[in-house]
Amino acid sequence: MLQITEGSHAVAEAVRLCRPQVVSAYPITPQTHIVERLAEMVADGDLDGEYICVESEFSALSSCLGASAAGSRVYSATTSQGLAFMAEVVFNVAGMRQPIIMTIANRAMGAPLNIWNDQQDSLFLRDSGWMQFYAEDAQEATDLHFIAYKVAEKHDILLPAFVCFDGFILSHTFEPVDIPTQEEIDAYLPAFNPLQRLDAKKPMSFGMYATPDYYQEFRYEINAAMVRAKKAIREAGGEFAEKFGRDYSGLVEGYRLEDADTAIVAMGSVCGTIKDAVDEMRDAGEKVGLLKIRCFRPFPADEVKEALRGVSNVAVLEKNINIGSRMLGAVGLEVKDAVYKSGTPVYSYVGGLGGRDIRKKDIKMITEWAKQGRNDCFFGLREELLE
Amino acid sequence: MSENTCEFFDSGHRACGGCGPALAAKLITRAAGEDTIIVASTGCMEVFSTPYPETAWKTPWIHSLFQNAAAVASGVEASIKRQGRSEKVVVIAGDGATFDIGILCISGMFERGHDVTYICYDNEAYMNTGIQRSGATPFDASTTTTPAGKLSTGNQRPKKDIPAILVAHGSPYVATTSVATPKDLMDKVKRAINTPGPCYIQVHAPCCTGWGFDGCKTMEMGKMALNSGLWVNYEIVDGELAKARKVKRVPVDDYLKAQKRFRHLFKPEPNSDEIAKIQAIADKNAEKYGIDIKPVK
Repeated sequence: MLQITEGSHAVAEAVRLCRPQVVSAYPITPQTHIVERLAEMVADGDLDGEYICVESEFSALSSCLGASAAGSRVYSATTSQGLAFMAEVVFNVAGMRQPIIMTIANRAMGAPLNIWNDQQDSLFLRDSGWMQFYAEDAQEATDLHFIAYKVAEKHDILLPAFVCFDGFILSHTFEPVDIPTQEEIDAYLPAFNPLQRLDAKKPMSFGMYATPDYYQEFRYEINAAMVRAKKAIREAGGEFAEKFGRDYSGLVEGYRLEDADTAIVAMGSVCGTIKDAVDEMRDAGEKVGLLKIRCFRPFPADEVKEALRGVSNVAVLEKNINIGSRMLGAVGLEVKDAVYKSGTPVYSYVGGLGGRDIRKKDIKMITEWAKQGRNDCFFGLREELLE
Repeated sequence: MSENTCEFFDSGHRACGGCGPALAAKLITRAAGEDTIIVASTGCMEVFSTPYPETAWKTPWIHSLFQNAAAVASGVEASIKRQGRSEKVVVIAGDGATFDIGILCISGMFERGHDVTYICYDNEAYMNTGIQRSGATPFDASTTTTPAGKLSTGNQRPKKDIPAILVAHGSPYVATTSVATPKDLMDKVKRAINTPGPCYIQVHAPCCTGWGFDGCKTMEMGKMALNSGLWVNYEIVDGELAKARKVKRVPVDDYLKAQKRFRHLFKPEPNSDEIAKIQAIADKNAEKYGIDIKPVK
């Protein structure tokens, strides 16, 4: 049933329905409404789990790691500075193959201090071994949690996942969201069945150190699991579509891409604005479409290549910056790699950093830039502030 | 694997001969028993006991990072509590992990009141990385980052009082012990794991390599520390000093002379000013904990 609810509260509902046995989190804007709501659920007995009020993000994810290794389904949420503070544990969780799900309410990285949205935070951990999903709206953010747990806990995957949704733009906005029932989710997401756990009845050592004779194979295995995850995500998304009628079977999603000359590629909430801009440009006779990337890790290069087959140029809207790289944005690098053999030009246009609004006119402008072959650049800069 | 079912820290690990921490691990696990989950920090013990694919640990064991053992243990405890399981959760971490880099996570774990026993094996420096100074390094010890030299007599700061910090957190049971007093060590471990809430034990664990003594003298070194008053075995129960091991105290000189880390205090000739400062630390300990059987004449 559709409910008008804040994005963060929709996510908290989704988490509750996943029945986490341990929640551990540290408050940070704009993630707070999620963890506050979960604390209320525990206080009211609506969520039957342990809630650990840790003293830092570093301990939040560390305690999640311990709880997961001991055999519980666990959950955390953070953003930006908090994610950076837990970065060492982020790599560790993936290396130890603990299927922890963490919501990222995407926010800019300081300095300067900024609490508003871009996607620099999760993207800087793209090589950490976590799957990364990006939601366009509160409904998608809600649903991706069910899918993330389902994929992460599969014994041939065992990878953690970020479910990313744009801070404030989605976390603090009220939208109509269809929240499944507990019975429906129980039928979709079985109880956590850990492959291995800390257990005195069957003692094992977790997190041993590996010499050069052994280390590289662990890294090979985690990458192989990430490659396998593509199929698992398609299957889990497909099963979700059958049960709930919302289709997440693709790692990417095209919008009016058929016969498009110019494709805009983006992740997250800006895709909604882009769809409106695409509609207006189509009405004006321009052949423009959108390719939304829902899953950035594993990166669906084959789907991107297929979706962009036949387009003449690609504008990647980046809410991040690859400082020092020739390609300005992290998403553009991946897209360019995916279509490399086709020779289709791909440009990174960086904007919306630190919460700067992205409007339809910006979308139309970068579309025009791509047609003109304009090189990677920022858009929406206040030129008067530059030296 | 050992045939002896009451031993949970197996032989064949890679520790130095005469390693104090290895002995601590053996005694701690023997006291804790099979129904125990061990959480480790990065450090000497983790490295010498778990080179993949081998492990010396016969109870469940987990290591994540250098500084997060207390937080990992918090999660393990919450997890097994939720599952209705009964294992005891015991952290074993070094002094660098405890005194310095991990203190944030430790403070959080103690403040939140997790039912975890945190045991620090204190060998008084970062031994795994090559004998660098930690907050547990004693005054005037020469380490690779506080080397004695023409202008220095080694580490110029006193040992940090971690037990007092954890008493201030309201811990119901805080104790110090030594590998040189095995029964005392095991008794304290048993008491701690059977005390609800976060408990702390600091085990003096002489490091033959880092301190510079022959590996056959580990027990002797621990006893000399106790007899000098530079190490005191005590118990603080619900915030009150409940017991301290009394000794016939001897001057600190013999303990210092026995270790290369204090060699600079005696060569080329004894540095009586510095030795007096160390003696004053021992005297203060003796007074604070009331350990003297007979005052030093």
